[in-house]
Parts: sequence; C-alpha cells; structure tokens
Amino acid sequence: MTTAIGKEKLLRMYRQMVSIRLFEEQVNELYTRALMPGLAHLYIGEEAVAVGICEALRSDDYITSTHRGHGHCLAKGAAPDRMFAELLGKRAGYCKGKGGSMHIADPDTGNLGANAIVAGSVGIATGAAFSSKHLGNGRVAVCFFGEGALGQGVVYEEMNLAQLWKLPVIYVCENNLYTEYTHFSETTAGDILQRATAFGVRAERVDGQDVRAVYSTANELIERARRGDGPAFLLCDTYRYTGHHVGDINRDYYRAKSEEQHWKSDRDPIKIFTEHLISEKIAEQTSLEKIQTEVATQMKSAVEFAVNAPYPGAEEVDQDVYA
Amino acid sequence: MPEMIATRELTLAQAVREALAEEMRRDSTVCIFGEDVAEAGTPFKVLSGLVEEFGTNRVIDTPISEAGFTGVAVGAAMTGMRPIADIMFGDFLTLVMDQMVNQAAKVHYMSGGKWKVPMVMRTTLGATRRSAAQHSQSLHAWFSHVPGLKVVLPSTPYDAKGLLKTAIRDDNPVVFFEDKMMHHKLKGPVPVEEYTIPFGVADIKREGDDITLIGTSSMVQIALGAAELLAEAGISAEVVDPRTTWPLDEKTLIDSVKKTSRAIVIDEGYGRYGVTSEIAAVIAQGAFYDLDKPVMRMGAMHVPIPFSPPLEDLTVPTEKSVFEAAQALCR
Repeated sequence: MTTAIGKEKLLRMYRQMVSIRLFEEQVNELYTRALMPGLAHLYIGEEAVAVGICEALRSDDYITSTHRGHGHCLAKGAAPDRMFAELLGKRAGYCKGKGGSMHIADPDTGNLGANAIVAGSVGIATGAAFSSKHLGNGRVAVCFFGEGALGQGVVYEEMNLAQLWKLPVIYVCENNLYTEYTHFSETTAGDILQRATAFGVRAERVDGQDVRAVYSTANELIERARRGDGPAFLLCDTYRYTGHHVGDINRDYYRAKSEEQHWKSDRDPIKIFTEHLISEKIAEQTSLEKIQTEVATQMKSAVEFAVNAPYPGAEEVDQDVYA
Repeated sequence: MPEMIATRELTLAQAVREALAEEMRRDSTVCIFGEDVAEAGTPFKVLSGLVEEFGTNRVIDTPISEAGFTGVAVGAAMTGMRPIADIMFGDFLTLVMDQMVNQAAKVHYMSGGKWKVPMVMRTTLGATRRSAAQHSQSLHAWFSHVPGLKVVLPSTPYDAKGLLKTAIRDDNPVVFFEDKMMHHKLKGPVPVEEYTIPFGVADIKREGDDITLIGTSSMVQIALGAAELLAEAGISAEVVDPRTTWPLDEKTLIDSVKKTSRAIVIDEGYGRYGVTSEIAAVIAQGAFYDLDKPVMRMGAMHVPIPFSPPLEDLTVPTEKSVFEAAQALCR
C-alpha cells in the first residue's frame, strides 16, 4: 500500500536518489584514481531505502548511519561538497577530515554520525529517542543498519529498552543480502521480523527497491512513534550492487554475476521509480534527464571543491579530543 | 579542604548521594540509568532516597543490559541530557567497552568537535569484599588509556562529592570509580556549602619530607595508615592523591618526589601496564636526577582475585606492606 505523495515530493525523491547514485560513482572514480585514502563502501543499489525513509523525517529528526553511510547522510540533507571533502580528509569536510567516509556526522541535519562498528549506533539512536521523549521535542530517531548487525547482541538489548520505555525510534534493517562476503542466510537463523516482534516491537517488511513503498511504510511508523506509540523495526529488502568495499572486485566466490545483473536490470530502484513517474505522467523523460544533468554538474563541482580544498593543519591533530 | 568552613561528617556513599541530588535539582537533564538504582537504591544503597525525590523518569531501573543502557546514555548525552550510567560492579565494565571506548570516547573527535557526550559512568572498584574474581577487579587503568575519556578516583567523601559534581557538569564522558569498601566504612568532613573540585589537581593528603606515597582511591587510606606507622618509626611520609588519572596532575607528583627523593606508587589495579606504571614513568621522567632510589610500584597481585579470605588478602597492598616497603626504601 502506498499513500498519495505529491509531485514535488516525488521529484525531490528522484533527485535525491540520483544524487546518491552519482555521488557514489564519483567516490568509485576518486578511489580508482587513488585520490581517496582508506576504504569506501558504496550504497549503489540501496538508494530507495535512505531516500524513502529520510523523506518521511523532519529536518530536526535524528539518524544514525553505518560504514555504508554516504546515502543516509545525503538523504538527510548533507551537502555533497563537504561530504567529498571529508572523504578526502580535508579541513572543509563535515568532521574537519577527522572522521572520513565511515564517520560523517552533522548536527545541522540531525545526523548523529555514521558508525564503523557494526550495530555500534543502535544505542546512540535509542538514547536520542530517550532524549526526545524526556525533553518532549517530538523528534524521532532512525537507526540504519545492515542485516549483518542482527548478529550483535546489543541490538536486542536496545529493542527491549525501546519497547519498555516506548521510545520514538525506528530500527531500519537494510538487508542487502551480504554481510561482507557471506550470504545472510548463512549467518541468520529464524525469521528476522520475529526478532523484533518477540519484544512487542511493531515490525514491517518492505520492498527496499520501491521508494514509494519505503516512504509510505516509514511515514506510518515514524508518525506512530512520534505520537508516542513506541518503536518499530522496518526490514528493507535491497541489494548491494558493488562489492563490500570498492576494492572488492572479484566476487565470484560469493555471488554470481547473473544475480548482480538481475538486480541491476530488473530491480533497480531508480529505474523502477522512473517508470512510475513517466507512466503516471508525473514527469517526462526530458525533465528527469534534466535533473540528472544538474546533479552530475553539482557532483563534478563538489569533487573539484574537495580535491582543491586544503588538508587540516598539523596543529589540529590533538584538537577536539575533549570538549 | 580549606579550613574554617562549616562541615559535617558524611560517609562516602552519603557524599555521592548528596552530589547526585544537588546536581539533579540544579539541572533537569541529569538522569540516572542502571540496574536497581530506583527503589532499591543499588545493592550498595548509595542511591537510596533519590527516586523518592526525582521520580522514576529520572532514576531509571534498567534490565540487566549494561551495553544497552550505556548506549542509551551515550545517545541521550549527545542530544541534550546529562545521563549517569550506573555500572554496579566494575567487573561489568567489560560489557560496556564498545559503548565507552568506540562510541563515547570518540564521538567528539570523529565528528570534528561537533557532537559532545556529557555523561558520567559511575562504577566501583576494589577487592577484599570476599566477592571473588568477577566482582572485585579495579579496571580504571583500561579507561585511563583511552583518549576522550576522563577518569576519576575519589578517596574521601569530600573528594567524592566535589569531583562527582564536576564530572556531571563536564562536557566529556567521565568514568567515576568508587571503592565499594569505602561506601559506608569511610566517613569524613564535607562542607555544608556547595563546592566543586576541578579535575587534574592532585591533593596532598599529608605533608612529609622523606618519601612520597602516591595513592589512588582505596590506596590513599592505606598510604595514610602506612604514613602513621612510618611516623612512629621516625620517617616522614608525604601522601599525594592524583584524584584523576586523566587528566593527570604531573607537576604536583613530580614536585613532591623532587622534595622527598623517594616514591612508592600504590594503586589497587593490576601493576603490570597499569596506573602505577604510568605514574612511575612520569616521576622517572620528571624527577630522575632527584631520586635516591628507583620508584617502587605496589598494585594488585597479577592473579584473578581469589575467594578464600587468606588468599584474597595477599593480593592487595596493605598498610603493613606499604610501611615495610617504605621503610626499606628509606634505609
């Protein structure tokens, strides 16, 4: 079931999804050209999840993100130029270059931070929801994590607490099928949703390639949490097009190329959404192409900004250790 | 403590409770998470009475989920609260290491200084309670090792109250260790008027000229007892309490040893790679040419804490063992 979504909102969702896709393609490019240090975990293929959920949030709502977090940060409103600057370790980055790809945080957009410990931010998101309830500011916290986090015990401690205390937190499990290089079926016993319902947490499953479905379900769960009716668990079925990280090129030993091709051809979230927008006469191909061109130009200049931005000075290395 | 101010005698537990109550009255964002912290007032009865005044919305009983409620404290601290997470026995700190070390300690730095984590973790240390290997450890060195955390070790009711109030007002994650044997056994003067004690300021608990005994937490009282015995033997011992292992007041420690030229560092944590090692290194670097003898270290014996009382008593420094070691150093 999908609720009616206005044209402006739909086009904004489209733009956001394209932004994430093109951002990540630039990351891949930067990494391949050896301009980007460290690791890069791309979100390509999963865009509908971040966009569908963040579009249902208020700007002052909170999110926590993961090592595969560029999509979440952009969807919550981060600016690409400062994101790229952070990825390149530059002073102009969101964290002054101290966090990097896996730790982008931004109070201005309610981003409590991406976390490189799998399930590391489940407590933080639950704590933010505690503050919202205690302070009565009506904010909801969304905790993004991959299905790999289901192996961490702290997830269940937090769901128990959130349900006991009726906290406004949404646990969003992005099942992209692979925990690093292992299919989730090899690591996950039983039924995933039952892990949440066992605590009395409202649990839903949605097609993570359908941005409208993600948005509609998220919207309902978020507003329910905001009303004070407690936490929810949202399982989004999705797919990671690329490797665990950019360097994970030869993937034959854990998944078939035909499987990747199937998702790219038949289950691509941007394609699915484009077809909907055109068939429902919400937009024409040319106007969507115009958005793509605009986004591409924006990403190019954002990369340029980051490449040319200065590194932090040596004097900054021991700043910000303590507040 | 400055002289000529009105005081009354409080136990360490009463001083801690008073600090919490004052800060909770002062700031409505201060709340307490922990197991049996509300009506039970913790098994140590340190928090008795708080829930009656502040209610169960602020003195919050949790499930036995140390990582879970510590994670909530971290997130709540980032978003407008000043939570206190109560970890009943210091041994259970093993369960919260990711939340404290990878999350709380790093959030500020990783975010380029944008997010802050103004939380306190209150916990306990100390052996000789006949509680065996999983309820007796003193693990404060682990936290002292991690950039981004501050670590507090009060040794008197006066210090406990003033330091805890500072901890609650600090914008960083602070780990506050109380010796569970001192909670109700140790009494001392506490001012009637409000006060705080800054971090990173060591306190000279007793002045002396012949040897410096640097003690932390429970070992300050041991050092003071040993100093009494030494005085009877004609040796004047100075007892210095760093009060916080991070930030560490290196200057006061070094200045004392420069004066006395001998030093023993006494701490209830394990000696190997421990707080005593760090302080001994600080003294070696800062007072090397003033030392008449090598710096000596006394800590918990490098064994899991045994249950059997005669065995357990062998594992921690005592007034007698410190006295004998100091006497030997001064020979």
